[in-house]
Amino acid sequence: MSPATRHHILSVLVENKPGVLARVSGLFARRGFNIFSLAVAPTDDPTRSRITIVVDVESAPLEQITKQLDKLINVLQIDELAPVDAVERELMIVTVTVSADSKPELLSLTEEYSGVVLDEGGDRITVSLGGTPEALDAFTARMGAAVVGYQRTGRIALPRIV
Amino acid sequence: MKTNGGAALIKALELEGVDVIFGLPGGAILPVYDPIIDSPIRHILVRHEQGAGHMAEGYAHATGRPGVAMVTSGPAATNIITPLADAYMDSVPMVVITGQVGTAGIGTDAFQEVDTVGITRSVTKHNELVTNAADIPRIVREAFHIATTGRPGPVLIDIPKDLVDPTNPNSALDWYWPDSVDLAGYKPRLDGDPALIKDAAQLIIAAERPVIYAGGGILKARAAESLLALAELLDIPVVTTLMARGAVPDDHPLCLGMPGMHGNYTAVTAMQESDLLIALGSRFDDRVTGKLDAFAANAKIIHVDIDPAELGKVRRPDVGITGDCRLVINELITALKQIGAPEVQPDRSSWKSTISGWQEKYPLSYVQSEPGDLLKPQYVLEQLRDNTPDDCIVASGVGQHQMWTAQYWKFNHPYTWINSGGLGTMGFAVPAAIGAKVGRPDRMVWAVDGDGCFQMTAQELVTAAAERIPVKIAILNNAYLGMVRQWQEMFYEERYSEVYLSPDLPDYKMWAEAMGCVGMRVEAPEDVLPAIQRANEVDDRPVVIDFRTDAREKVFPMVPAGKSNSDIVVGPEDVR
Repeated sequence: MSPATRHHILSVLVENKPGVLARVSGLFARRGFNIFSLAVAPTDDPTRSRITIVVDVESAPLEQITKQLDKLINVLQIDELAPVDAVERELMIVTVTVSADSKPELLSLTEEYSGVVLDEGGDRITVSLGGTPEALDAFTARMGAAVVGYQRTGRIALPRIV
Repeated sequence: MKTNGGAALIKALELEGVDVIFGLPGGAILPVYDPIIDSPIRHILVRHEQGAGHMAEGYAHATGRPGVAMVTSGPAATNIITPLADAYMDSVPMVVITGQVGTAGIGTDAFQEVDTVGITRSVTKHNELVTNAADIPRIVREAFHIATTGRPGPVLIDIPKDLVDPTNPNSALDWYWPDSVDLAGYKPRLDGDPALIKDAAQLIIAAERPVIYAGGGILKARAAESLLALAELLDIPVVTTLMARGAVPDDHPLCLGMPGMHGNYTAVTAMQESDLLIALGSRFDDRVTGKLDAFAANAKIIHVDIDPAELGKVRRPDVGITGDCRLVINELITALKQIGAPEVQPDRSSWKSTISGWQEKYPLSYVQSEPGDLLKPQYVLEQLRDNTPDDCIVASGVGQHQMWTAQYWKFNHPYTWINSGGLGTMGFAVPAAIGAKVGRPDRMVWAVDGDGCFQMTAQELVTAAAERIPVKIAILNNAYLGMVRQWQEMFYEERYSEVYLSPDLPDYKMWAEAMGCVGMRVEAPEDVLPAIQRANEVDDRPVVIDFRTDAREKVFPMVPAGKSNSDIVVGPEDVR
């Protein structure tokens, strides 16, 4: 089974209060569930935050995860987003080493992926790139050994408009 | 009305109907202890914070009302973690209030500071660090609501000192009392899904070998009467788990008694051989199921629980119903009658005769001691059972004595059996019995304890003596950590490692007397009854009886850990 099919996205609406992220992440640790990635920020309603969690499990434990999460008093709503029913995005910042020969190739690739150059100096360039996790994976693969700094946000997702 | 956080806290507790707080003051909680002087709430000063927590649990078990404990910050908060975990595992409604260092000190490693909400997060149903004095009435109201509704459990409120200290401006608030509680993220479902109830009713009337598997949730839902009505309507036998002893009277012909690792042969085997398990407020605990994939392999499962996370957690139900056990059972009875129950059920006479055959062939048994030998613990329990009121409340610690009590006592009333089932907390008995007696002063309360357990929390008998709480403690003193000894005998080739405790170090009689109790020692069978009778007559102080019992005695039946329930070992002659 490819890693992607084991991934499930949970979009968890919580009260925006101190300690709520610790309750959620603590629950995952306590029950032995693995978090693949996690992104959290307030929603348009500042009293609420949305935590987007990508979990790496079979379906039966997923049901247990959502039920246990739902027991947390500060958790307001949980939506399980199947990848086909959701739009997903992730942001990446990556620093790569370039030579005079490879720099044009990097810049064109960055443009191809709708990225922007954030910083450059000497033989290094830092670019930022937003896209689907798969697109970021593909870009990263193209950079290969040139990557010297790498940070991703974890994915965020919302249901598709039907 | 202008008030301060400390006064508001006590007033809020009064409005929640709290009649007793088990606690111990200290630096951070000090300001709250001043308004207690003028409150009608009784405060019971414990000798160790763990005792406060277990007393609150015992009170809750016996009364159904939430137990309340209050302690200070730091080491007091860490000392009460075991009761919190215990209450969380056994779904006991409890509210614990801890003092915290002042708001400005939080995070600075101040004196007696620990991250109480962080430490207790995984052992509470909910916890809250108060950050504004004005939140205190609302948070107290919410805490009691959360602790007592849905699946009950412990809730902790951590309050920084400046918010309760009337000399500090941070403690100022305008008094209010919320009319109701509305928590967007907490809406327990109480009634069952009607379609699922119909499905369950159909499974029941088709079953040929059904068993009701009643768990602690029956008692938490105050559903004992409904359960009996269901069992009697359908003429279906009931097993009562360790947490549900007394949910159906042991004297009732449909009661098969306790299943599980030390359950009786009939209860264990009836579940194993059934074709339908009706699980009501039970959670397929490993101590009940034994080896999971061999558990009741041919049974369909109806599972009713107030906590949806229990449905399918261990065993996938054929029909899983989220809801309050009392309501769902009543709805189930209505649905069953609508489809013609009980008449439409198949003839189950052969199943009934199979069960009664097991009961005749495999009763609980032990061999009475020879004259001059140490007492058999089972004999002591039979004497205690037969010479105390039918509604006597019994608390126990954890180990052999707990299992023997669960097996040999006749629990004919709900809320008469108080023990630590899920967490298995040694030392639970003494403080839990005290809490139960405080909650039910009209009832006789005995604790059956082990010598190992007794040494963990015995100091609370000082509390009981000082407060004139006349609990009675029967120590089954076999001079060993008996259950560990039993496992070492059976599974570690009699290589006894660190389990010997000595029968008379400490001298339990003298220790009891030093704590203000009546102390007795009993070594001969003929002295058992007179000692019990004498203890029963004492009503102004606690009594401790040191019963010297035979360390070779083991708890049977036993399903060895990891084995199938079909591999139940009935007695010592059956040990392979």
